Amino acid sequence: MDTPLRHQNLKKLKTLFLSTLYISAFTFGGGFVIVGFMRRKFVHDLHWIDEEEMLDFAALAQSCPGAVAVNAAILIGWKICGFAGMLTAVLGTILPPMIILSVISLFYSAFASSPLISAVLHGMEAGVAATVLDVACDLGMATVKTKSSLSVFIMAGAFVLNFVFHVSVIYIILAAAVIGTVRLLIIRRFHREVSR
Amino acid sequence: MIYIQLFFSFLKIGLFSVGGGYAAIPLIQSEIVNGHGWLSMQEFTNLITISSMTPGPVAINSATFVGLRIAGLPGAVTATLGSIFPAVILVSLLSLIYRKYKGTTAIDTVLGCLRPAVVALITAAGLSLSQTALWGELPVSLSSVDWTNALLFLGAFFILRKWKWNPILVMCLCGAGGLISFLTGKFF
Repeated sequence: MDTPLRHQNLKKLKTLFLSTLYISAFTFGGGFVIVGFMRRKFVHDLHWIDEEEMLDFAALAQSCPGAVAVNAAILIGWKICGFAGMLTAVLGTILPPMIILSVISLFYSAFASSPLISAVLHGMEAGVAATVLDVACDLGMATVKTKSSLSVFIMAGAFVLNFVFHVSVIYIILAAAVIGTVRLLIIRRFHREVSR
Repeated sequence: MIYIQLFFSFLKIGLFSVGGGYAAIPLIQSEIVNGHGWLSMQEFTNLITISSMTPGPVAINSATFVGLRIAGLPGAVTATLGSIFPAVILVSLLSLIYRKYKGTTAIDTVLGCLRPAVVALITAAGLSLSQTALWGELPVSLSSVDWTNALLFLGAFFILRKWKWNPILVMCLCGAGGLISFLTGKFF
């Protein structure tokens, strides 16, 4: 009876494994770079998560201990296919760096001193930067379009604090969470007074 | 037992490296160079260089590298499992809480304030990456721009905005562009 369902789940797990494997094999730089690739694959191509969820995952992944890519994989895995999904996504994320690093550590000096490889990597830096800024443009414009002055204020403030004053990502996320909590308390109090 | 030592050492690294990336490097150094003496400072520097040249998180890369060096393939697997173990537990818990309470006013109000902050952080990360791609370590000015990379960057950005090509393909094309520019610079 449960065969079609199980078959469907297996298919999902396979897609999840291949997608995380593919993203992980190409994510140079780490951190927010992964957001651009994840967005393309999971939001636009597969429609497994929406844009807001992706931002939530990015915030959660950044504020937890451990590598951002692994944390994001755990969140997506649970969302798509529960515990099995989480294991699959984590495996797909850690396999490429493990394999690539094992191979390269065998001939480290040839790799690290090759001018050809550094030329390729240097060119790729430009592509990675463009990818992250492309995502930033879309998301930034979407935030401005909400016409919420609080959102725009938080966005501008967080940008200045991080980019100009180099305040750590974790403090900025915490501060935004505090603003959200204060806002929640104000809304609650307001409702109570109105209903009184 | 070397496997237990590897597991717990990398568990510690995984647990205390919040934010990931290069924030983890000092911790990894104190644990595997100064603490256990598993790598010399020179080997550690090599590891960081390889990490910056290959895909994947620094913590996973160092776990594989150190594990392999100390106890072969089983060592690499043990160390990697140690480094992801805290995240698997903590992030899974958080995921459970997130999915349970998402849609309630409380969580949605807080998340509504978090999202614009994340957008800002992604923008800041993108600008820092652009600065590295176009100027490297040099101060930002018109005379110190790496023009090849500036061209690749503008081309990539245009293609992504206008035609929405796959970002991984665009990144690989930029790598090819860097290689072509290096080769033609060498031969002409």
